Amino acid sequence: MNRSRIIGIATILVVGICLIAPSVALGQADAPIASGNQIDGDYGYGLPPMLSKDGQGVDDLIIILHWFMTALFVGWAIFFVYCLFRFRSRAGHKATYDPVKAKASKYAEIGVAAFEAFLLIGLSMPIWAATKNDMPSKDDATHVRVVAEQFQWNFHYPGADGKFGRTAPDMVDTVENPLGLDRSDPAATDDVYATELHLPVNKPVICDLTSKDVIHSFSLPVMRVKQDVIPGMRIPVWFTPVKEGRYEVACAQLCGNNHYSMRAEMVIEDDASFATWLKEVGIVEEFDEDELD
Amino acid sequence: MSAEVLPYTVKPHPVTGLYNGKFGIWLFLASEVMLFGALFSTYVFLRMGAPETGPTAWPTGEETHLNWMLGGLNTLILILSSVTMVLAWVQFKMDNFAKGRIYLIITAILAIAFVAIKFKFEYAHKFHMDIYPKTSVFFAIYYTMTGLHAIHIIGGVVVICYFIGPGAKLWEENREYYTNRIECTGLYWHFVDLVWIFLFPILYLL
Amino acid sequence: MSGDHHHEPGFIRKYVFSVDHKVIGVQYGVTALCFLFLGFSLMMLMRWQLAYPGEEMPFIGNIFGEDAMPGGVMLPEFYNSLGAMHGTIMIFLGVVPLLVGAFGNYVMPLQIGAPDMAFPKLNMASYWVYLLGGIVMLCSFFVPGGAANSGWTSYPPLSNIATTGQTWWLFGMVCLITSSLLGSVNFIVTIIQLRVEGLTMFRLPYFVWAQLITSFLLLLAFPPLEAAGVLQLMDRLAGTSFFMPEGLVVSGVVQTQMSGGGSPLLWQHLFWFLAHPEVYVLILPAMGIVAEIIANNTRKPLWGYRAMIYSTIFLGFMSFIVWAHHMFMTGMGTKISAFFATTTMIISIPSVVILTALVISLYQGAIRFTVPMLFALAFLPMFAIGGLTGLPLGLPASDIHLHDTYYVIGHFHYVVAPGTIFAIFAGIYHWYPKVTGRTLNNALGYMHFFLSFVFINMVFMPMFWQGMAGVSRRLYDQTVYAHGDAVQSLTIMSSWGAWMLGLAQIPFIINFFISAVAGKKVSNNPWDATTLEWLAPSPPPHGNFETVPVVYRGPYEYSVPGASEDFHPQHVTTEA
Ligand code: HEM
Ligand SMILES: [Cu+2]
Ligand SMILES: [Cu+2]
Repeated sequence: MNRSRIIGIATILVVGICLIAPSVALGQADAPIASGNQIDGDYGYGLPPMLSKDGQGVDDLIIILHWFMTALFVGWAIFFVYCLFRFRSRAGHKATYDPVKAKASKYAEIGVAAFEAFLLIGLSMPIWAATKNDMPSKDDATHVRVVAEQFQWNFHYPGADGKFGRTAPDMVDTVENPLGLDRSDPAATDDVYATELHLPVNKPVICDLTSKDVIHSFSLPVMRVKQDVIPGMRIPVWFTPVKEGRYEVACAQLCGNNHYSMRAEMVIEDDASFATWLKEVGIVEEFDEDELD
Repeated sequence: MSAEVLPYTVKPHPVTGLYNGKFGIWLFLASEVMLFGALFSTYVFLRMGAPETGPTAWPTGEETHLNWMLGGLNTLILILSSVTMVLAWVQFKMDNFAKGRIYLIITAILAIAFVAIKFKFEYAHKFHMDIYPKTSVFFAIYYTMTGLHAIHIIGGVVVICYFIGPGAKLWEENREYYTNRIECTGLYWHFVDLVWIFLFPILYLL
Repeated sequence: MSGDHHHEPGFIRKYVFSVDHKVIGVQYGVTALCFLFLGFSLMMLMRWQLAYPGEEMPFIGNIFGEDAMPGGVMLPEFYNSLGAMHGTIMIFLGVVPLLVGAFGNYVMPLQIGAPDMAFPKLNMASYWVYLLGGIVMLCSFFVPGGAANSGWTSYPPLSNIATTGQTWWLFGMVCLITSSLLGSVNFIVTIIQLRVEGLTMFRLPYFVWAQLITSFLLLLAFPPLEAAGVLQLMDRLAGTSFFMPEGLVVSGVVQTQMSGGGSPLLWQHLFWFLAHPEVYVLILPAMGIVAEIIANNTRKPLWGYRAMIYSTIFLGFMSFIVWAHHMFMTGMGTKISAFFATTTMIISIPSVVILTALVISLYQGAIRFTVPMLFALAFLPMFAIGGLTGLPLGLPASDIHLHDTYYVIGHFHYVVAPGTIFAIFAGIYHWYPKVTGRTLNNALGYMHFFLSFVFINMVFMPMFWQGMAGVSRRLYDQTVYAHGDAVQSLTIMSSWGAWMLGLAQIPFIINFFISAVAGKKVSNNPWDATTLEWLAPSPPPHGNFETVPVVYRGPYEYSVPGASEDFHPQHVTTEA
C-alpha cells in the first residue's frame, strides 16, 4: 500500500470538490414561484419562519437535539480519527491482544440513554400531548373543514351560524360543488367554500381534516403543523397563527401524479379583513347557486 | 452434491434433536403462523373498526349465510385426516409400507372431500346468491382466508399424492428418509388443520 | 443416497441451475449488482428533473418515449414510477439479495465449515424465484401506465386505484417474499445444524450471527407483508375493500362499485410491521461484513464480541415492536405514540453498543488501510450520522416538522447508501480473492473509495438542510413552494453529486471485470485472516474443504501474545 499515493489522490479530490460544489450551486438563478403571489417570510437553509403560538417547542426540541447529535458525533469522531492516526500499522508497532478496560464507553452509553429518556419524556411527550389533547374550545376558535382531494385543498367555513351544512359523496361535483354540500340543509345556506385558507390572526384555529379520495398530508411548515389526511377518518388539528401574511399549505404525502402541485395558500389577516373576505367569498358562492337554479 | 456429505439430512443433530428437514419445516410453519396471524389480525382490526349499524356494519350470523353444519362437517373431516396422517407415519415407522400408504390415500381422499365441500357447496351456493368477495368486508375476508387455506390444503394434497405415487421410490432407497419426509408432511398437515380450527369459529360461529 | 450423483455435472447444471452455494452466491451477487446499478440509474434520471425542473434532459431525453418524457421533459407520472421503483429495486432487488443472497450464501457456509447449505435445491429455487420477481418488476415498466408509481410503500387507497403497474409490483413482491422465505429457512437450519466440530455459537464469526438474526427477521416479518400483498391484490383484482372506506369520490366519481368498510391504516400497519425489521435486514449483515474486516485489519480481536451479539439479538426482538414510529402523523393518540417512541429510543441503544464496540476495536490495534478497510472504516461515521439523525424522527414532536421531508431521505440513505453500500463494497474487495483467486487492483480501489466517499456525501448531506427547510420528499418539482425554491441550490448540488458518484463507479466496474482474469494471483489466505473461509482453496471446490476442519478457538485470535505470527486461525491445532 503506497500511502503517499492515497494521500495524493485524496487531496486532489477534496480540493476539486471544494471548487466544483459551490460553483455548481451558485450557478442557478432562482425561478419565480408558480402561483405568482408573493409568499411572506424568509426561507433559507434553516428552519422556516415559525409563526404559531405553540410551535416553539418543536423548534426547541429540534435545535437541542441537533446540538446533542453534533456533540456526540464530534466527540466520537475525534476518538475515531485519533485511533486511525495513533494506531496505524507501521514498523515496530504491534496490536495489543487484550481488550482495553474501557469504562468510558459504558458511561457514554448510559449518558446517551439517559439524555434520550429526558428528550422523550421531558420534551417530546408534553409537546405531543399538547398538540393532541389541548384542543381549544370551539367557541373562541375559527373552525374550518379541510377537504383534501387529488390535487387540491378545499376549505369549508361554517358561516355565521357556526354550523357546517350536511355533505354527501353523491352530491360532489368537481366544478360546482367540490365539497358535496347539500344546499337544502338549513345549516348550509351560509356556508362558505374557498380554495385559499384565510384565518384571523391571534385566534386559535381548528381544522377538521377529511379526504375524498386518497391519503394526503396537511402540512403548514410555518405553523409546525403536519397531519395525514386519511379517507374515512375525520382528524382535527389546531394552532394559533401570530403573524399576518401569505403563507403556504403543502401536501406532504404522495397522493398521485400531480402531488407536487397540491399546494394552497394560507392568508393570515386581521379580524376585519377576515370578516370582509368571508363575506365576499360567500357572496360569490351564492351567485353561483342562483345561476344554477 | 452427494447427500452423504451434508450432515443431518436423515439422522437428527445431537444437540437440537432434529434432522434438517424437520427443523426446516418448523421454521416454515413459524412463518406460516405469521402469515395467518396477520390475516387474523386483519379480521380483528376490521371487525373492531366496523360501525354498529349502516351498510358497512359487521353482518350477524344470519346475514353471513354461512352454514355452520357444513363448516362443522369440514372440521370433522380435517381432524380425521390429521389422525390418518399420524397413522400413516406410525405404519411407516413400523416398516409397514402397504398400510402406511393406505392411510395416506385415506388422508388424501378426506382432503379432497374437504375441498369439494368448500367449493361445490359453500362457494357455489354463495356465488349463486350473488355473494362475492366484493360484497362486503366480511365476505372479502371470508373468501380470502378460506381461499388461502384451501390453497394450502391443495398444496398438501399434491405433496401427499406425490408420496403415494412417484415419491414412493424413495422408500426403496432409504426408508428412514422417506418416513422423515412423511413426518414433515404431517407437521404441515396438522398446521393447516389447526388454522381451520381457528377459522371455523371466527367465520361461522362468532 | 444413490451414487449416481458423483459424476461431473454438465455446464448447465454447474453454472446455471447449480445447487452449489458458491455458484448461487455469485449468481445472486452479479444479478443484484446489476439491479443496484439500475436502481441508481433511475435515480440519476430523477435527479435531472429535481435539479432542473421542466427542462429537457440532455442527450438521452428523447429515448424514453412520449408516454414518459414527451419532448425530453419528464412527466410527473414517470417521475413517480422512477421513485417507487428506485426504492423497491434498491431494497428488494439490490441490497438484500447482495447482503443475504450473495455474501450470506457464499461466505456463511464457508465460515462455519459446511460443505454446502442444508437445502441446496431450495437454495437454487430461492435464486430463481428472486430472478423471476426481478423480471416481473422490470416488465412492469412496459405495461400501460408504466411501473408502480405509488411509492415503495404503496399506500392505499392511492395504490388501489393506481395503474396496472401496481398489480405487477404486487406479483413481483410475492415472488421476492417467497424467495426470501426459502432463503431464510435454509440459512437458519444451516447455521444451527451444519457447524463443524468445535465451532460453538460463541466461536462463530460475528458475520454469521448477523446472518442468523437477519434470517429470523426475514422469516417472521415478511409473511405479514405477503398477507398485505394478497389483500391488496384482492382489492385490485376482485374489487374487495380491505383498504377502502365507504364514500370515496375519486376525480369526481363516487366509488359505488365497492362496498367500503376497510381501512387505509390497516395496510400501513401490515407494511411497517415488515418494513421496520427490513431496515435491520439492510444493516445487520452490513455490520457483520464491517466487523469481519475491522477485526482482520486492526490485527486484534473485536472489542466486546459478546456484547455485540447480545445487542444484535436484542435488536432483532425489538425491531418487531417499533413499526408505528413511521405512522406518528396518521393521527395517533398520546398513549400509542408514547409506546412506540419509547421502544424506538430503546432500540437505538443496541445500535450504539455495536457501533461503540466497532470503534473501540480500533483502539490499540495496528490498522492496515487496505481498500476493504477504508470502506469499512467509512461505514462507521456514515452509519453514525444515519443513526443520529434518526433520533429527531423517532421523537413524535420533532417528527411533526421533519416527517416525510428530505430529512428522512437523508437519514435513511446515510444508513443504507454510505452505510450499507459501503459495507457491500468493503465485502466485495475483501472476499473477491476468495471467489476468484485474484485480488482487485489497489490503485483503482483507492480511487473508487475516495471518489465515492466524497460524492456520496455531496449527494446526501444537503438533504438534511432541505428537510429542515421543510421540503417534502417525493416531490416532482420542489420549486413550486417558496420554502423549496429557497434551497433549490442544494438540490442542484446533490444532483451533481449523484452524477459524479455514477462516474466514480467506473474504476470499480473496470476493476471488477478486468481483475477476474488479469488480477494478481494470491494465496488462499491473502489477508492473514483467522476464519475458516480462508482455509478453503481459492476458489473453493465443490464441497468446499479438502478435509473437514475442526475448530479450536474463537474467530478473531489476532496478535496473540508470544505467537510467531500475528494471526492464529480457528482451525489450527497447536496453541500459539
Ligand atoms: C447511492 C445512491 C442513491 C441515491 C443518489 C439515492 C437518492 C434518492 C433520492 C433523491 C430519493 C428521494 C426521491 C424523492 O423523494 O422523490 C430516494 C428515495 C429512496 N431511496 Fe434512494 N438513493 C440511493 C441509494 C439507495 C439505496 C442503496 C437504497 C436502499 C437500500 C435506497 C432506497 C430508497 C428508498 C426506499 C426511497 C424512497 C422511495 C419512495 O419514496 O418511495 N436508495 N433515493
Ligand atoms: Cu395530496
Ligand atoms: Cu422503522
